[in-house]
Amino acid sequence: MKTRVAAMLERYGPPILGGIVMLLVWEFVPAIFNVSKLLLPPPSSIAQSLWLIYDRGLLVENFLVTLAEALLGFTIGSVTAIFFAFIVTRSLIIERTLMPYLVGLQALPKVALAPLIVVWVGIGIESKILIAAIISFFPVLINAIVGFSTVEAEKIDLMRSLVASRWQQFRIVIFPNSLPFIFAGLNVAIVLSITGALVGEFIGADRGLGNLLLQLNFNMDISGMFAVLTVLALLGIVLYALVRFLHVRFVFWAKPDNLRSGPN
Amino acid sequence: MTAVARPLIDIRDVRKQFRSRSGTFLEALSDTSLAVQAKQFLCIVGPSGCGKSTLLRMIAGLETVSGGTIEIDGVPILGPRRDIGLVFQSPVLLPWRTVLKNVLVPAEVLKLNSTSSQKRAHDLLKLVGLDGFADRYPDELSGGMKQRAAIARALMHDPDILLMDEPFGALDALTREAMNLELLRIWQASTKTVVLVTHSIEEALLLSDRVAVFAPRPGFVRELIDVPIARPRSAATRSDPVFIRLAEKLRSYFEADKDAGK
Ligand SMILES: Nc1ncnc2c1ncn2[C@@H]1O[C@H](COP(=O)(O)OP(=O)(O)O)[C@@H](O)[C@H]1O
Ligand SMILES: [Mg+2]
Repeated sequence: MKTRVAAMLERYGPPILGGIVMLLVWEFVPAIFNVSKLLLPPPSSIAQSLWLIYDRGLLVENFLVTLAEALLGFTIGSVTAIFFAFIVTRSLIIERTLMPYLVGLQALPKVALAPLIVVWVGIGIESKILIAAIISFFPVLINAIVGFSTVEAEKIDLMRSLVASRWQQFRIVIFPNSLPFIFAGLNVAIVLSITGALVGEFIGADRGLGNLLLQLNFNMDISGMFAVLTVLALLGIVLYALVRFLHVRFVFWAKPDNLRSGPN
Repeated sequence: MTAVARPLIDIRDVRKQFRSRSGTFLEALSDTSLAVQAKQFLCIVGPSGCGKSTLLRMIAGLETVSGGTIEIDGVPILGPRRDIGLVFQSPVLLPWRTVLKNVLVPAEVLKLNSTSSQKRAHDLLKLVGLDGFADRYPDELSGGMKQRAAIARALMHDPDILLMDEPFGALDALTREAMNLELLRIWQASTKTVVLVTHSIEEALLLSDRVAVFAPRPGFVRELIDVPIARPRSAATRSDPVFIRLAEKLRSYFEADKDAGK
């Protein structure tokens, strides 16, 4: 029991201690050098702003709006990407036709499409979902295509020897085999989806953390902006943890540091 | 016994050429003829590169012939058939499936009844000595255990023919010996027609009714040797005088090949 506490301390002690030291430095050192509290607000005033925003009922709703936009966009973009990768790797003709355009689009910075999409779809939540979906689409697509094409030849031989249909080959071997690749894409896409939602909100929105950030910026409430940034970091961690959870849950067999250990 | 029955697997004048990337042709197998009777255990031995795997893949319908014919039960092979079970040199298990689910793959592909398949899968795991490991994942098994799971999987859909390509090649000598005896036991319990490729003369003699000795560049059947040693065989079979004599004979072929290669 004692050793467990010691192990916990050893693992979590340094970062927690480091964090406290950093907050203390941030709190007191700028004041010594006469840095304006308005331009670089200390943690205490950021915490105050956070409470104020929460108290005015702005925090939870805007958090949930941006979370929903990012999560829905991520889901739609990823599912579409996996479906596209399936189609593309299924037929050589389709692959040859589409690949140059997909590679070309991949090179385009997707956020550049955001103003256009807001004009087309409007300033509601739908345009943010669409932007988040488009920005999530490509990393998943590219990884899924690689994943679907990277299968040990003998595994396919095994399926062929059983006269498996192409759908059976996909369902039993190709798709599960591609999951480590797909999750590599999903890990990137989930972070990008928040960027997508935020950029959409910057361009035109009446809700969401991005919108709140712009309003605070307009009022020169820098402490409030820092408060929103804290919440955004939290949002990022929540979404990343979600994907991470699914990753560990479904790709347990490909982890190099496998938790289970065999007889040899 | 009547006169010669039609062989189950009839390989006649089979050739196989591979086209290399530079456009030249590589002759992997030339004018190979071989007949395997039903319920026979045939081993193919020969140095690497003499087309043993290629021949097995052609029998399995995974590779086309460049010339000649292969017939199974009088029907020319056009592609893979479901009455064949395959065991590769590596176990080729799906790491995201438990051992049981791996063994069930053929049943899933052939859409066999699920309840009876489950029962059969458990019976097969018992047969190969893996009862109690049904819910483990492949990475929890040793090399020998993985290969046993692969054998159970190959038997799942009860194929008449079992094709095995150096199934024990990656195992250590002790495990290999145990697996040989176990394979004999499994084969006797199921009476299937088996074609097994091996590097090992001892393994071939211990297991088979007949040994086909292949020679390389291009591959062909150099010699066919019957193994008239009574069954059931055991570890003691190795000291049988017939075994020793045949082992020496087989070894002399390989040594002759080596000398010719110098
Ligand atoms: N798919 C392939 N493409 C080109 N050459 C091949 C292919 N498969 C096998 N070969 C060649 O055919 C020859 C026989 O190979 P193989 O059947 O694997 O021999 P063995 O199993 O007896 O070691 C080798 O020279 C090998 O390089
Ligand atoms: Mg081989």
